[in-house]
Amino acid sequence: MNFNLSVGLSTYLLVGAMLFCLGLYGVFAKKNIVAVLMSIELMLNAVNLNFVAFNRFLAVSSVVGQVAALFVIVLAAAEVAVGLALVIAIYRTRHTTNTDEFNWLKW
Amino acid sequence: MFTEMHSLYEWAWVIPALPLLSFLLIAFVTKRSKGLSAAVSILAILCAFGLAIAIAAGVIGSGSEIVKHPVITSINWLDISGLKLNFGTVVDPLSTMMLFVVGLVASMVQIYSVGYMHGDRGWSRYFAYQSLFAMSMLGLVIATNLLELFIFWELVGLCSYLLIGFWYHKVSAREAAKKAFMTTRVGDFGLLLGILFLFSKYGTLDFVHLAALMNGTAQGLALAGGVGYITLTAFLLFVGPIGKSGQFPLHVWLPDAMEGPTPVSALIHAATMVVAGVFLVARIYFIFQHAAPGALEFVAGLGAFTAIFAATIAIAQDDIKRILAYSTLSQLGYMMFALGVGSLTASMFHLMTHAFFKALMFLGAGSVIHALHEKQNIWDMGGLWKKMPITGTTFAIGVLAISGIPPFAGFWSKDEILSAALQNGHPIIYAVGLFTAFLTAFYMGRLFFVAFMGPEKKENHPHESPYWMTVPLIILAFFSTVGGLVALPYHNFAFYVRNYIFVNGVVSLGTFTHEGMAWGLAGISVLFGLAGLVLAYMTYVTQTVKAEAVAARFPGVYKLLKNKYYIDEIYLWIIRNIMDGVGKVLYWFDIHIIDGVINGLALITRGGAGGLRRVHTGQLQTYALVFFLAVVVIFLAYTMGSGQVSALNPLAMLGGVK
Amino acid sequence: MSTVVFFIFAILAVASAWGVVTSKNIVHSAFFLALTFVGVAALYVLLNADFIAAVQILVYTGAVSIMVVFAVMLTLRGDVRESSEENRKWGWGLFTAGLLFVVIALVILTNTDWRILAGPWTVQNTAASLSRLLLTSYMIPFEASAILLTIALIGAVILAKGVKEDK
Repeated sequence: MNFNLSVGLSTYLLVGAMLFCLGLYGVFAKKNIVAVLMSIELMLNAVNLNFVAFNRFLAVSSVVGQVAALFVIVLAAAEVAVGLALVIAIYRTRHTTNTDEFNWLKW
Repeated sequence: MFTEMHSLYEWAWVIPALPLLSFLLIAFVTKRSKGLSAAVSILAILCAFGLAIAIAAGVIGSGSEIVKHPVITSINWLDISGLKLNFGTVVDPLSTMMLFVVGLVASMVQIYSVGYMHGDRGWSRYFAYQSLFAMSMLGLVIATNLLELFIFWELVGLCSYLLIGFWYHKVSAREAAKKAFMTTRVGDFGLLLGILFLFSKYGTLDFVHLAALMNGTAQGLALAGGVGYITLTAFLLFVGPIGKSGQFPLHVWLPDAMEGPTPVSALIHAATMVVAGVFLVARIYFIFQHAAPGALEFVAGLGAFTAIFAATIAIAQDDIKRILAYSTLSQLGYMMFALGVGSLTASMFHLMTHAFFKALMFLGAGSVIHALHEKQNIWDMGGLWKKMPITGTTFAIGVLAISGIPPFAGFWSKDEILSAALQNGHPIIYAVGLFTAFLTAFYMGRLFFVAFMGPEKKENHPHESPYWMTVPLIILAFFSTVGGLVALPYHNFAFYVRNYIFVNGVVSLGTFTHEGMAWGLAGISVLFGLAGLVLAYMTYVTQTVKAEAVAARFPGVYKLLKNKYYIDEIYLWIIRNIMDGVGKVLYWFDIHIIDGVINGLALITRGGAGGLRRVHTGQLQTYALVFFLAVVVIFLAYTMGSGQVSALNPLAMLGGVK
Repeated sequence: MSTVVFFIFAILAVASAWGVVTSKNIVHSAFFLALTFVGVAALYVLLNADFIAAVQILVYTGAVSIMVVFAVMLTLRGDVRESSEENRKWGWGLFTAGLLFVVIALVILTNTDWRILAGPWTVQNTAASLSRLLLTSYMIPFEASAILLTIALIGAVILAKGVKEDK
């Protein structure tokens, strides 16, 4: 599987940036806490894409970037497990997933 | 002798440390056990006293060597630039004498207290305070610098407050404690100011350094900003002793301080704490010497005035402890004017003998009060000598001693003061002192004849006090009898207590001179003392002179004396009218201006908070939003700052390291 | 050819991501998310990261998406069509995210070092190379992530199970 890529590094990075910023927007703007978690997954994917792209373009003889991406995936899996468990725990006591009502830090 | 004892002198810090240990032990461990508390306290003070005796023996043996080279042991306490403070002990004749006196009186009083305070609910607390006081006072006398002295000075003030108000359930005791504390505070403020004045000029508070800086040379004086500055400092420093040693006009607290338990009055308000002022003046005597002559004359004048002023009040008082209190004031005046006329040694001598006989008389009075179940009016007593022979006899010794009858202790010291006053060219002060001696003999005689002789009152059932109380009386009576004889070998106390400042080969003062006993002068003062006693005898025993008739002939004078010259009333009037008026103005200022500013600040803060509160939504999304926005803005600000977008270096900008 | 493939999947990924954050229906969001993961996985393949792509499909598209769908099902209340709306500050969020994108895009586009095409890929077997790295140079992070996963597993179980009232 050796593709002859005609698309440059910058293009990949731009795709990653788009994914990242869309995820960021989701984190800021979504009301549903599950949607916020999904947006975080988007951002993590954007980062992974960057790792792999840098690896492919700047270190053609090694897979170090892929190792990093692998670790990020592991972390993301842990994150989503704990995050969703938290969502369920909060939902059990508060009966809501609306982030507007998650304001216990207030005052 | 000197070198062998040297190592002992370095252990002088143990003397105050022992009572401190006892205080901590009582406060934290033995509080619940009365017997243990008293035992710990008495054991500690006796050990301290024993050590003081050992040091005193060594100092006497060392002779003039220790006068030239006082043994100073100190550790560094604080060392920041411009401020170097040591904490230490100084052993010289002056401090040694004080250690001995304080140790003796404190241990006697504590032993006495076992009998006097029997059954009191605050027993352990009492002994804890006693120990704390002993620690403070012993620390005070061996302090090496003014700040250390000031710390202990305040500590004895605190102990005085605690012990005057010991029976805090009595309103009068609480009020007296507050009065004592506030009044002495006025003096302490002056003292603190004086200390700051000294420090700002000399940069040191160490007695030896100060003396060395001031001594002799014009350089030292120039450094001090001239005589005027020293004089001002001396006056400020003297305000402290005025408050602590009850000199006019800050004497008002001392008679009220008699609300405390009688042993406390004996220890604190007669023998030890009140002489701290005299001691302080003696310690910093070199400052007064370098000040304008007015400073010492002021000390002398104020002392003499206080002496006669308090003596006249004492004549018209009926409360046994109040008479003794005014007598104390009068004697403190004596010591002050002795310093003022230039005889440090006479003053110290009188300080010592006074401590013996005044402690004796206060403890005697306590014994009487104890026997009569808290009766303090001398007219309710009478014929006590027969019922309480030990108390009566020892009290009589005290009366003879304070009246200056030879060979008792008071005679020697009082005589030395009076002859110093006359020889140093202060005839008026000498006359005042002589008349005060007469008055002293008269009112002490009055007290003794009315309370101890006279007809017995049948409603009283006095009995001799327990041995716990009589043994200290006997010991103190012994010292009151022979205490003055230490002056005999050379007829001058200066042989023992000379000044300690000896710099650049110049003995600044306290030169030991073989001053012969002025027998003529001594005879005159003995005559005056005897006259006072005889007049008292005629008035109150044989009634050849009718006291009522005299009082009736001079009703104004009698009323004036009876009411202590209305000093308390004057203070009250000043406080009521002037202070209250100022207070009202300040109150208005406080309410409307200060509080206005504060409230304004509070309102602004609250308004600002009310606005900013909306920012604090409690939602993490908002916080993350602000966070990211700020990161982007900061990033942009940096890139704009570096000129152009093409210069963007993401690694450098985002904190990456190559 | 690969350029066409790249753009197909890049657009798929970005468009699906857009769908994730704009859809008002949380279930649609979840499906869009899965689609995004697939798109990104395809990009990994283009980048010669076949093992990562496989992991991406398995972990993200498989496990994570399913978990998200489960969470949605467990917590869904009310009308599903309004289950994932924007909050009041979405305008600010859009502004910040947009601004960040502009900044990142500027950084990427102005950096000449990155304006490169790919050289020949010299790694023969990515999976084997990855395993070798993981068990040599990255031994400790590898073990650490194993511990992390265990802890996350236990933590998630405890959190989701909840604490009994009487304890």
